[in-house]
Amino acid sequence: MSVSLSMFLLFVLVTLAITYWASRRTGTTTEFYSAGRRITGFQNGWAVAGDYMSAASFLGIAGLIAFYGYDGFMYSVGWLVAYLTVLLLVAEPLRNTGRFTMADVLAFRLRRPVVRMVAALSTLTVSLFYMVAQMVGAGSIVSLLVPGIGFNAAIVGVGILMLVYVIFGGMLATTWVQIVKAVLLMSGTILLSVLVLARYDFSIVAFFDAVGGVTGSFCADGTARAGVCPDGTAPIVRDFTQPGLYYHGRWGALSLISLGIALIFGTAGLPHILVRFYTVPSAKAARTSVVWAMILIGAFYIMTTFLGFGAATLVGKANIGTLSGGRLVPNQNLAAPLLAREVGGEWFLSFVAAIAFATILAVVAGLTIAASAAFAHDIWFNVVKRQREDEREQVMVARITAAFIGMLSIGLAIALRTLNVAFLVGLAFAVAASANVPAILLTLYWRRFNTTGMIAGMLTGLVSAVVLIVIGPSVMGIDAPGLAVRHLIQRDPLFPLDNPALVSVPLGFLAAVLGTLAGAAEGRDDVPFSELNVRANTGLGSV
Amino acid sequence: MPSSSSPDWAAIERTPEFRALIRAKRAFVIPASLFFVIYYFALPILVGYWPDLMSTRVIGRINLAYLFALSQFVMAWMLMAAYVRRARVFDRMVDGLVQRHGGHPR
Repeated sequence: MSVSLSMFLLFVLVTLAITYWASRRTGTTTEFYSAGRRITGFQNGWAVAGDYMSAASFLGIAGLIAFYGYDGFMYSVGWLVAYLTVLLLVAEPLRNTGRFTMADVLAFRLRRPVVRMVAALSTLTVSLFYMVAQMVGAGSIVSLLVPGIGFNAAIVGVGILMLVYVIFGGMLATTWVQIVKAVLLMSGTILLSVLVLARYDFSIVAFFDAVGGVTGSFCADGTARAGVCPDGTAPIVRDFTQPGLYYHGRWGALSLISLGIALIFGTAGLPHILVRFYTVPSAKAARTSVVWAMILIGAFYIMTTFLGFGAATLVGKANIGTLSGGRLVPNQNLAAPLLAREVGGEWFLSFVAAIAFATILAVVAGLTIAASAAFAHDIWFNVVKRQREDEREQVMVARITAAFIGMLSIGLAIALRTLNVAFLVGLAFAVAASANVPAILLTLYWRRFNTTGMIAGMLTGLVSAVVLIVIGPSVMGIDAPGLAVRHLIQRDPLFPLDNPALVSVPLGFLAAVLGTLAGAAEGRDDVPFSELNVRANTGLGSV
Repeated sequence: MPSSSSPDWAAIERTPEFRALIRAKRAFVIPASLFFVIYYFALPILVGYWPDLMSTRVIGRINLAYLFALSQFVMAWMLMAAYVRRARVFDRMVDGLVQRHGGHPR
């Protein structure tokens, strides 16, 4: 049995033991959705970090930096700064006013079922997009790193494990899986960084000298063919410490700004992150969670410098990929694993592969529980059953929903395996930033906000983010024949930015404000703003 | 309709203590949010529109672009620490308010 397979099995055994322990403490809705609210702020900080740092951040950023240099680091910055939005504006009032889901907060003042339905719809959309992207990633990574496990087998395996955690162990098991994964990810990343720096005698200056020796090139417009740009000029050469290798040309700067908007506002609207704040006993503990999460997440993202640039210098872009018929097929996701092999040998490669596997599992488990809560608590319990149902039945519905969502995402991931689905993570962030964040901020801080504004804002944000992605360069594009991963629509894109946030976030806010003004005649809130305001700020009456 | 056991939220909202709490929170959160948003977007704007300026080397080949990106981490952590310090004041104000207005935190 290979080393990586044994490490996978060890992780699986440990997490199954956690699940068994958690299953005996998971009976009520509060236990199933929120781990009985008995997680401490420190533990939850680790769990938030484990829930947040997905395969996209671990493998994806390392790959982006390894292929495009500095520009990949922009994700790292945005994903930490995002937590200031969570810390300053969202975490504490959310903890004080909600119970299980994001929709709890959105429906606090505006009790009409349509508000809950739209909020649940948005939660399900964001979670499902995010989950499918993770599962496809799981399939390719596991099948590449563990010889003998095929793509579909890897997806089914990840799907079944995640369902076991969620269905039997609920949020308590999910939390501890996320904590274990965060510990593994942090230790692996620290070790990898140290080993990379050791190659440069622990001199950051020497390390950056090496990074500056790696170059890439691009054309101001279009792609170079045979070393010549479409306009006949020679490609522009930049070294890896310089910005511009990924974001350049006419739309480069605007793409960067648009990405930044999605990153720093989107996080505060990711339902699977928000529900983590219900697992702690108080708003103060929610604040402590964000603080610990920011320390861990920040330290991790700074270290992506060594992961990404290390892969660029020590492995080399030309060697990052898989051999297929004697030809190397580039694969950004392999930058971190191959770097691990370069600096630490096969054993370390196996360790990093196991971390990647743990990373994906912890994130999809968190997504599944957020999505099943959105259906079982928001749609089923609050809208269909009008809050008349006992605890046991609701937990049963949540478990069935989790099973259904899990199987749906397994199916979607297998169906979409040949498509480039990395954009789904961007889409999840864009929808979160454009639909959820305006609704959350306005319901918490704007006294006049009303149902019409809420529905208009959320639907506009959701639809504009989805449409702009579909007509943008992530989905539309003409691929050269023979590529393994292809665009969904083989036509020139109609919208120039791969991230729609620059347009869709302002649209979401604008529609929310205009809707509120248009609906001003609808009368008073179902629950006055004063109740929300006092409870959000004091914690009086919180669960 | 508020039941007899739940506090009179509108009355609490009108108390000087609650208004002082909201004022104190706003006085920190609004400038802090504006500051971090402006500081953050300076990065993609500078890097996106002036890549050559940002490629200016500072220490060895470590350039302005990387140092400015790194400073975002420092900025986020410092603002976080400042908020945590400030939030202790908010917590004290909330404690006083809850005692006076007899909440029943369930």
